[in-house]
Amino acid sequence: MPAQPISKENTSGKSADIAISVRNLRVRYGTREILHGVNFEVPAGETLVIMGGSGCGKSTLLRTLVGLEHPSEGEIWIQGKNFAGMSGTQRDDLRKKMGMSFQSGALFGSMTVGENVALPLREHTPLDESTIDIVVRLKLDQVGLSGFENYMPAQLSGGMKKRAAIARALAMDPEILFFDEPSAGLDPIIAAGLDELILKLKKAFRITIVVVTHELASAFLIADRMILLDKGVVAAKGTPEELRQNTGPRVRQFLDRVPEPEMAAEIDYLQMLTGENPPQRR
Amino acid sequence: MNISTRQFENAAIVDVTGDITLYNTPEVRKTLLDLLKEKRVKRVIVNLEKVKYIDSAGVASLVEGLKLSRDLKSGFALYGLSKTTREVLELTRLLKVFEVYDNEEEALSAIPGGAGGAK
Repeated sequence: MPAQPISKENTSGKSADIAISVRNLRVRYGTREILHGVNFEVPAGETLVIMGGSGCGKSTLLRTLVGLEHPSEGEIWIQGKNFAGMSGTQRDDLRKKMGMSFQSGALFGSMTVGENVALPLREHTPLDESTIDIVVRLKLDQVGLSGFENYMPAQLSGGMKKRAAIARALAMDPEILFFDEPSAGLDPIIAAGLDELILKLKKAFRITIVVVTHELASAFLIADRMILLDKGVVAAKGTPEELRQNTGPRVRQFLDRVPEPEMAAEIDYLQMLTGENPPQRR
Repeated sequence: MNISTRQFENAAIVDVTGDITLYNTPEVRKTLLDLLKEKRVKRVIVNLEKVKYIDSAGVASLVEGLKLSRDLKSGFALYGLSKTTREVLELTRLLKVFEVYDNEEEALSAIPGGAGGAK
């Protein structure tokens, strides 16, 4: 469904047309800081792709955006409201406007596909079962899985599981949809089908979409804007064309798929192994 | 959201004001099903002129009303769709499933069940 008009509540000067605004975001696990002051904005109705190599912090960033991790510093504004500063109830209310499709799909194996899609509706709404059944069929139809409501997840292919997970993420008609590595582990044809589905969702329902991926072809196809994360900082951001034109060494290395040079010279390596001079990981 | 019903000869006109969402659509559903099942109204016409937005659950309630009306051989029509509501029904491939009219006069003057299709 098309997103409802964005709330005009606007504290601290954040634009109501900006669906997500991230300011100086820092996230730590224990003493190790993963994100070192990340800044970006996502206009409502656009698709932001977050790219970066393994361990760059992109999944941590996504988990923080949906409230599964807590920032150690900085702010996350969702639809003009300070997400990090909300009470638990306020945050739960806002989360109902957000859908999340996890990398693994995260379908419940003991439930049918239909029951998986129905779950958020049963948990969070006063809808009658007959209404829920119709919504489930509408959502499965939107992802090309009409007629699969009584299948178990184990009976589905990898691509179909991802689609079923997307149907579940769409069940509550979210205004913001998050995808974590939607194409991971899928063959190129199935992955291309998922890209098409993401484009269709954006066009048809005007949902704001945030996708974490390191699949370059997919990223450039679906993105309105992109950010490249490198070691917990935003190394580059802009439109796909601006990223293509970016001459920054880390951007070129990532986009041109250049392998990392040897991690350290032999002397550094020896010092690292003997604990004399451990490499500084940011 | 507010919902009220007017009787017009053999038809009941359901006036809905405000967004129809998954949190209030049970009220719409109850009204529609009561008119068709309990009051045995021959034709239910839903006035959506003052509905700016309808979500999937709202659409589902309209589908339930349409299904029941067909089972009971009653009429079921919509009129006054906003651009957004029309888009939602198009995207869910339901626009041509419902009897849709531009205004109340057209909806009332149409032969019950005979007009079919979107206008």
